Amino acid sequence: MYLYPVFLIVIVLLAFVFISIYNRFVQLRNRIENAWAQIDVQLKRRYDLIPNLVETVKGYAAHEKEVFEKVTQARAQAINASNVGSQAQAENMLTGTLKTLFAVAEAYPELKTNQNFLMLQEELSGTESKIAYARQFYNDEVMKLNTMLHAFPSNIVGSLFGFKEKEYFEIEEVSREPVEVQF
Amino acid sequence: MYEQIASNIRRSWLVIIIFSIFVLFLGYIFGELTQLGYGGVFLAALIAIFMSWTGYYHSDKIVLAMSRARPIEKDEYPYLYNVIEGLAIAAGVHTPKMYVIDDSAPNAFATGRDPEHSAIAVTTGLLEKLNRLELEGVIAHEMSHIKNYDIRLASLAVVMVGIIALLSDWLLRSFWWGGRKRDEGGRELGGILALVGLILAILAPLIAQLMRLALSRQREYLADVSGTMLTRYPEGLASALAKLTMDREPLEVANKATAHLYIVNPLKDISGAINNLFNTHPPIDERIKRLRALTFEKNIK
Repeated sequence: MYLYPVFLIVIVLLAFVFISIYNRFVQLRNRIENAWAQIDVQLKRRYDLIPNLVETVKGYAAHEKEVFEKVTQARAQAINASNVGSQAQAENMLTGTLKTLFAVAEAYPELKTNQNFLMLQEELSGTESKIAYARQFYNDEVMKLNTMLHAFPSNIVGSLFGFKEKEYFEIEEVSREPVEVQF
Repeated sequence: MYEQIASNIRRSWLVIIIFSIFVLFLGYIFGELTQLGYGGVFLAALIAIFMSWTGYYHSDKIVLAMSRARPIEKDEYPYLYNVIEGLAIAAGVHTPKMYVIDDSAPNAFATGRDPEHSAIAVTTGLLEKLNRLELEGVIAHEMSHIKNYDIRLASLAVVMVGIIALLSDWLLRSFWWGGRKRDEGGRELGGILALVGLILAILAPLIAQLMRLALSRQREYLADVSGTMLTRYPEGLASALAKLTMDREPLEVANKATAHLYIVNPLKDISGAINNLFNTHPPIDERIKRLRALTFEKNIK
């Protein structure tokens, strides 16, 4: 006699728990997609800044051709990378060549008084740290999602609605460091 | 983290409710003393509703105006702009509006009602005196306040509790010093003001206590630690805090009502019982010690 209402309450509670877990999954999935898009936005911003930077430095150090070519080449490779792995590699190379570029720029004191150069340098290092932060956020959210997919009881909801584990964005520790901005 | 947010939202409502009761109580006394009767309560209810609405939706603008903060464009401070944008990405929140206070005392605060409606203000002194890593530490601390909804509670407290505190301060002073100047015609009104002042004077420590309760020192430690989760570099904030505490210059635009918002107490040379009651900041040495302990733990691993 008393069983029926108790049963009903249990069902309602279970449904409530299920719905909130499901919503959390959806929220995490959207955040991960968003974070991924954010990384792309910042990477693109970085690609856009590089030609300007190269042009500006060229104006003062036209004969450092080799460095410019390397930067341009690394940029093209990163843009045209077909998968995450080769992109990460190309990004590392790009970061390395940019470091060389800034090291070369060190030798030209007039460059350091060029407002355009200073602005590009700030923009570039700002963008680099944004890329790093976007990746960090992406990985944090992926970790939350993957944990939920393994932990009880959220794993039941996860497999029921076909939520998949996401891959971490692995990258060499070196590339997390922003380009040196010291004068 | 989620409990923290829920608790902040709950406490925000509590501040509004207690404030409204307080105003209604004052209105009742006012009505009894004058010939208004229940009109006083009615008047108080109107004031309470208006103040609560203002406090909830516009406290950020009030706080920013009180601090004489001006909005900035990217061209003006690209460096600050990039740091704030970067940490907003790290925290996964909307980019807050950015403001600068023209004052050489280094300090910063965040305000707003939720992460979608938030603002960060820093002094020009902060930008001059900190390096990038230190500035990131400070901004990350503020970003945590935004993410945790600390800003809603703290900004509400400025408008509701802070205004009562300032008012009681002011009334008390006019009660002490205004006594002799009273003439015949103003006696009745003066008497009422004196009484209200007296009531407020008794209540002021209680209010200050309430403010401390609402803005426990614990949340500063918490923002320090969760800020570090964003930068992954505790030393940045630790050395920023060390620099801020070494700087003895008081921030002129800060007052008792807004002081608790700032990352370090902007009223440097405070002393006395009343001021101590208002001291919502934990000792900086302790904060730095805790941050450096984080660095140490990381090194062991």
